[in-house]
Amino acid sequence: MKGIPLGAVTGYLAATVRLATPLALAALGETVSEQAGVINVGLEGIIIAGAFGGLVGAGPLIGREFGVAMGFLVAAAAGTAVAIVFALFAVVLRADQIITGTAITLLGLGLTGTLYRGLYGTGGAALSIPTAPAVPVPWLVRIPVIGPAFFAEPVVTYVVYLLVPVLWWWSTQTQSGLAVRAVGESPEAARAAGLSPRRLQCGAVLTGGVLGGLAGGTLVLAQVGTFAEGMSAGRGFIAIAIVALGRWRPLGVAAGALLFGAASALEFLFQAMGWAAPYQLFLAIPYLVTLIALATLAGHHAAPAALGRRDIAT
Amino acid sequence: MRHVGSQLVSLAVAAVAAALVLAAVLTMTGYDAAPALTALWRGAFGSPDTILSATLVRATPLILTGLAVAVAFRAGILNIGAEGQLLAGATAAAAVGLGLPAAVPGAIALPLCLASGAAAGAMWAGIAAWLRQRFHVLEVISTIMLNFVAAYGVAYLVRGPLQEPQHIYPQTATLPVADHLPLLVPHTRLHAGLAIAVAAAIGAWWVVGHTAPGFRLRAAGANPFAAAAAGLIDVPSTMMGAFLASGALAGLAGAVEVTGVTYALYENLSPGFGYTAIAVALLASLDPLGVIAVGVLFGALEAGAGAMQRNAGVPSVIVSVVEAALILIFLVPRWRRRAPRRVATA
Repeated sequence: MKGIPLGAVTGYLAATVRLATPLALAALGETVSEQAGVINVGLEGIIIAGAFGGLVGAGPLIGREFGVAMGFLVAAAAGTAVAIVFALFAVVLRADQIITGTAITLLGLGLTGTLYRGLYGTGGAALSIPTAPAVPVPWLVRIPVIGPAFFAEPVVTYVVYLLVPVLWWWSTQTQSGLAVRAVGESPEAARAAGLSPRRLQCGAVLTGGVLGGLAGGTLVLAQVGTFAEGMSAGRGFIAIAIVALGRWRPLGVAAGALLFGAASALEFLFQAMGWAAPYQLFLAIPYLVTLIALATLAGHHAAPAALGRRDIAT
Repeated sequence: MRHVGSQLVSLAVAAVAAALVLAAVLTMTGYDAAPALTALWRGAFGSPDTILSATLVRATPLILTGLAVAVAFRAGILNIGAEGQLLAGATAAAAVGLGLPAAVPGAIALPLCLASGAAAGAMWAGIAAWLRQRFHVLEVISTIMLNFVAAYGVAYLVRGPLQEPQHIYPQTATLPVADHLPLLVPHTRLHAGLAIAVAAAIGAWWVVGHTAPGFRLRAAGANPFAAAAAGLIDVPSTMMGAFLASGALAGLAGAVEVTGVTYALYENLSPGFGYTAIAVALLASLDPLGVIAVGVLFGALEAGAGAMQRNAGVPSVIVSVVEAALILIFLVPRWRRRAPRRVATA
């Protein structure tokens, strides 16, 4: 980091954490879903629904007095609602998961765009809503360089910090976590052991919906402060890539999210340093990093054995 | 003929379902359904000119990208990247058209533009094909990532190396007239791209359904393990070929759009043709001839949606909801009956 002042490093790390937070939320949710053997390509639709939910919940429409908290609540509910539609087709009816997910993404993008223009005017006037304030963690925030980047964040980021060990503990140490992973590895064996693959998969997909909705809410309530059509901008797909990168383990997935946050934050670092480079090419970097990382780092053999399967006896 | 009959029946059912879904969504989101649907109908079928200049012009890229998706899906390749491949094709066509010396006659320049568009689309798909074959990267993810890279790449090029000489607008200069596709019907906007699309559909129908490579493609798509076990079929190279052909069709769509409609490359050249293409291909049951009919239906839907936005104030993104609903309504039962397929993991 020769020639880069510490302030810029902290700023870069802070941007990394801020950009990684929604990706981590969405990817951790998708991890649960994929551990149960369900790949949800509709995650993009869930995130945009969550973003819109965040706007509606925190915005001037209803519940203004509840502000940001209500925004996150409605975001989670919106993500869950979209996940229910996905679960209905992909789990209950055993339709092709990829095709269903593609339709769900279209549905989320189309419905939020229509509702946004319908509720907030045809031009989609820029709305400003309350955003989640940064809450410094006493003591930790004083760690040089790292402290202000990692421990002066909105509450939702700390939720992610907690979620990583909790999900690890849940998936390796609890009855229900092991049951979900058993279904993802071999639904037949799980059924023989008295488990219900459909119920567990539905639960896993809905968990993914809650976290995906929160990811969308984070975009609106902790980052941008407003909603824009299509603002999910492929984060759902990046999150799915992160799950493969993190080898379906919470800690790996969180690390993957940080990697993408870092790739996306390069733009801010370059701006802060006054280095000129075409803006559009920066926007392409996270997607290129995803491709390269998938090719070089992903552990294909760590995937749940029954991922994407639909020939599960009823 | 029975086949064509059942296709037409399902198309009619899809059209009615689209109207019903649209009416339902309009009502639920607080719009007045009747004037909106009237505006949509007028914008799609209101006069011979709207049919030729709006619906069929809009249908052309949907048919070509729909074919791209259909060919890939038949081979068991989930190419969600028609959008990026279209942009790659559009970029190559514009670059070649603007780069050729003015002395080159249209009879050579135009085919060159179209061929380089197809080649660029195949190359863009080739990246995902290579990542899949060499590194087992799930093509659903890689093609979507490449869509974003292509979109930002175009955004950069039209502000950088390919920007028009005055450096004011984020677009390329206008292509010389020699590179423009001729009009099919004088005094309309309908260009020869539609003929190219229909010819491509018939060609794809012939190759996929009636030739040895087409048989290998279908066998590899139906069950790659059985196809490999039966010997005689080189599954990896069959899939690679199908992936490249799919990219070429999408790239051709981009080249046709640039040489037939926009005459220049700019951002947002495609309003998501490559994504709509997935719905088109699936509703056509991945049948190349069916893609023509469904492409026209969706061309009408999108042309009408534009009129609906202008005249009834209903956002045209509502069409995405209709497309999603059509996929869920029609394909879920059909795909359930198909042989189960395992998704290769990334």
